[in-house]
This record gives sequence, C-alpha cells and structure tokens, in this order.
Amino acid sequence: MSEPIRIEAPLTDDVVKKLKIGTEVLLSGVIYTARDTAHQRFVDMLAAGKPLPFDLKGSIIFYVGPSPAKPGKVIGAAGPTTSYRMDPFAPTLMKNGLKGMIGKGQRNKGVIDAMKEHVCVYFGATGGAAALIAKSIVEAQVIAFEELGAEAVTKLRVKDMPLIVANDCYGGDLYAEGCKKWARP
Amino acid sequence: MKTIEVSEITRVITDLCVKACTVLNADMIEAFKTGLKKEESSVGKAVFEQLLKNAEIAETDGIPICQDTGFTVVFLEVGQEVALTGGSLKDAVNEGVRRAYVDGYLRKSVIKNPLTNPVNTKDNTPAIIHTDIVPGDKLKIKIFPKGGGAENVSRIKMLTPADGIKGVKEFVIDTVKNAGANPCPPIIVGVGMGGTFDYVAYLAKKSLLRKIGERNPDEKLAKLEVEWLEEVNKLGIGPGGLGGRITAMDLFIEEFPRHMASFPAAVNIQCSAARCKSAIL
Repeated sequence: MSEPIRIEAPLTDDVVKKLKIGTEVLLSGVIYTARDTAHQRFVDMLAAGKPLPFDLKGSIIFYVGPSPAKPGKVIGAAGPTTSYRMDPFAPTLMKNGLKGMIGKGQRNKGVIDAMKEHVCVYFGATGGAAALIAKSIVEAQVIAFEELGAEAVTKLRVKDMPLIVANDCYGGDLYAEGCKKWARP
Repeated sequence: MKTIEVSEITRVITDLCVKACTVLNADMIEAFKTGLKKEESSVGKAVFEQLLKNAEIAETDGIPICQDTGFTVVFLEVGQEVALTGGSLKDAVNEGVRRAYVDGYLRKSVIKNPLTNPVNTKDNTPAIIHTDIVPGDKLKIKIFPKGGGAENVSRIKMLTPADGIKGVKEFVIDTVKNAGANPCPPIIVGVGMGGTFDYVAYLAKKSLLRKIGERNPDEKLAKLEVEWLEEVNKLGIGPGGLGGRITAMDLFIEEFPRHMASFPAAVNIQCSAARCKSAIL
C-alpha cells in the first residue's frame, strides 16, 4: 500500500475529488459526532428551517458514541458505529453541505448516488479499534443534545486520524470491490 | 453447604465487567497474530495490526477496547449446595454491572422501553442473566458484554428437518454474507441447532463463550465447525470488511435435541472485540 495522505477538515470539493477508494488518509481538523437520534433531529430541524448546532458546509460527521472520558482525558474509546443506520438521513445532510462521513460498513444506493451528486466522501474506520482511534482525538466538546449521553453531538479536534476511503464521489465502493476481489467459489 | 454473600458477587461482577471491556483475552490476541500472518490482503493485514495495537493501548490506558461496551450478558452456574445470603441474586448482579459501568467509565447503552419510552437507563442495567442450577458447591460467573453491531446481524431460522445439513449450512453462510462489513470482522460465528425457538438463540450465544480453537467435543460437530469456517472464509469479506481471506477467526456449534417436526437454527455473530471474563466463587 502507498503512504497515507494528510487531509484537513472541513473539506472542499477539490480535496474530495482527489480521494479514490482504497486511499489511506490521516485526517486532521474539526469534525462532529452524530449518530441515530442526532441524525433524526438534524433532518427534522432542516425541515423546520431551523439552524443545526454546527455549520454543515464542508463538514465531516463521525458516526460514534464514545465511552466516557476518564478524569484528565479528552475522551474515552471512540471507534465507528455501523453506518447503514444513518443512510435514511445522509442524503438530506449532503444536500445541505455535508462533505464527509466516517463510519464502518456498506452504504445503500441512495447514499452512494447522493455522494456522486453532492461530491462527498465516506471514510471507513476500523471497527473495534476504538482505543487506537481515540488517540487521534485531541479536543472534545459537547455542543448539542447533551441529554443523549453517548449520542450527544460533540465537536472534535483530530490529529492524523487513520482512515481509508471506502466510498468516493465517483460511485466507487471499497467494501463491494474488496469482497469481490477476495471471494472464492 | 457453602454460604456466599451476594455482596461478594456484586464485587466480582464489577471487577469482571471492567476487565472484560478493557483487557482482551490471550486467545484473541493470539488469533489476531495468527490472522496477521495468514491474511493475504494488505488492507486486511493493516486491520489486524490496528486491532493488536488497539488491544495494547486499551490495556495500558485502562480504556475500553471498543466504545460499545455492550449489553451485559451474565452466565451464572449456581451449585445446588450453595446458599446465597444477604439479598437478591439478581439485584446483586445488576448492582455489580451498575458500579462497573458508572464508576469504570464504560458506555451505558441500555434503553429502558424499546418503543414507548426510549430513554437510557444510565447505568447499563438491567443485565441479561442466564442462571443454571448445577450439582456442587461452586458459583461460576461469566461476563459477556455484547456489542450492538454484531447482534443486529444475528439471525434465527425455523428450518424443517428435510432441510438437513445443506439447509443449515446455507443459512449460516448466508447470515455471514449478509452481515458483510457491519459486525466488525474478523468475526466469530456462533451456531445453535435444535431445542425450541427461544433456546436455540441461547445455544448460539453460549457457543461464543468458548476460546478460539476450542472444538465441540462431539467429533461430527467438530468436523462441521472446521468445514463451515472454511466456507465462511471463502466469502472474501475479510478484516474490516474491506476484502481478504479471514472473515471469521472461528466457528462454534452447540446443539440440543429437537422436536421431530422442527429444526431451529440460530447464528449469533461476535465482533472482533470478543470479551468474556469468568470467575469461580
């Protein structure tokens, strides 16, 4: 494999267009956490014309519900949750400026099509490598829905978070390609 | 007759929960190392490397291996010569879980009423408790925190006896195939056969308590375990679901007699964060 490339959040179309499936990246900058309930609320807020807790333009959402931080620590363990549960909401967020998603597992056709239309990228993080991934999180601050506990929306500053491009803005799907390549009769 | 104070059970359960979530068992570490050697896909190798490094960081820093510290499943084998004093066994178990998750900085993932009042219970209780009364004067405790991702892709099927070995095998392989990358491969596949609709799921779950490489004592089942594992690993899903040879690290089968009209089968998938810790009082 080639050396990972370093990228910064928030993302621009130019950066997203350079990312192809299988590319390893080290992500730095500001990203936001959101999962099931937060996604439902975002979509409801957009429908009602209300502002979201952060600016969606160019943003990256990390599908994660971290474990609590020990005293003196930034965050607990923070690996990706399964992404398909966010599939019903992701296209609406992309339409409103979302540029990147971080999670694990395959996305549906609706999401892949919306990624092509809105120039968006989906990064896979290694499920179960939560202690390792947490090492790349340097700041964490809950900015909305605190009552949701692990599901609250958190602003994260990350430094060199290890990710791989799982779906690109050209319709590429590493999960499908990888499985096809290695399957045996 | 042996007397055990339930407060002792609480203490042990707390300790086991924290250890289970933060320290990966030696057999899993070995399985990752074997996987790293055997895997041919470079992305797959990288996933094994990450999992090994992750386990090391979790243990050193005392933080969870995976942020999903699971629904706490507790297996109790209570010797019939044991007298439990000082309170309710169930309350003692739940108190142990509560202390572990609240004081041990583990994630609380339990939602009170699934549909009508979906609020977090804030202490990861209640635990799922399976109690078996057995001969003897010992109390065996096994803690098995089970993450949501792999539970979500687990399946039960009521086959017919005519479906036979081919039918069960197809069901097992299809379940793993449909699960794809979602349950955090490399996975462990737990298969239950026989019993009733409810019991077969328990069998599949119980099979996952075995250590990697531990075959069913029944020779025929042991052979099927090896064969089906090989079939599963032809799927190409691979570590992280990104393609590779090693989709599953092991496959376990547990069986029980069945009704002559039924053939219940269950597949319980276990993610790479296979966490089980036990103690004997």
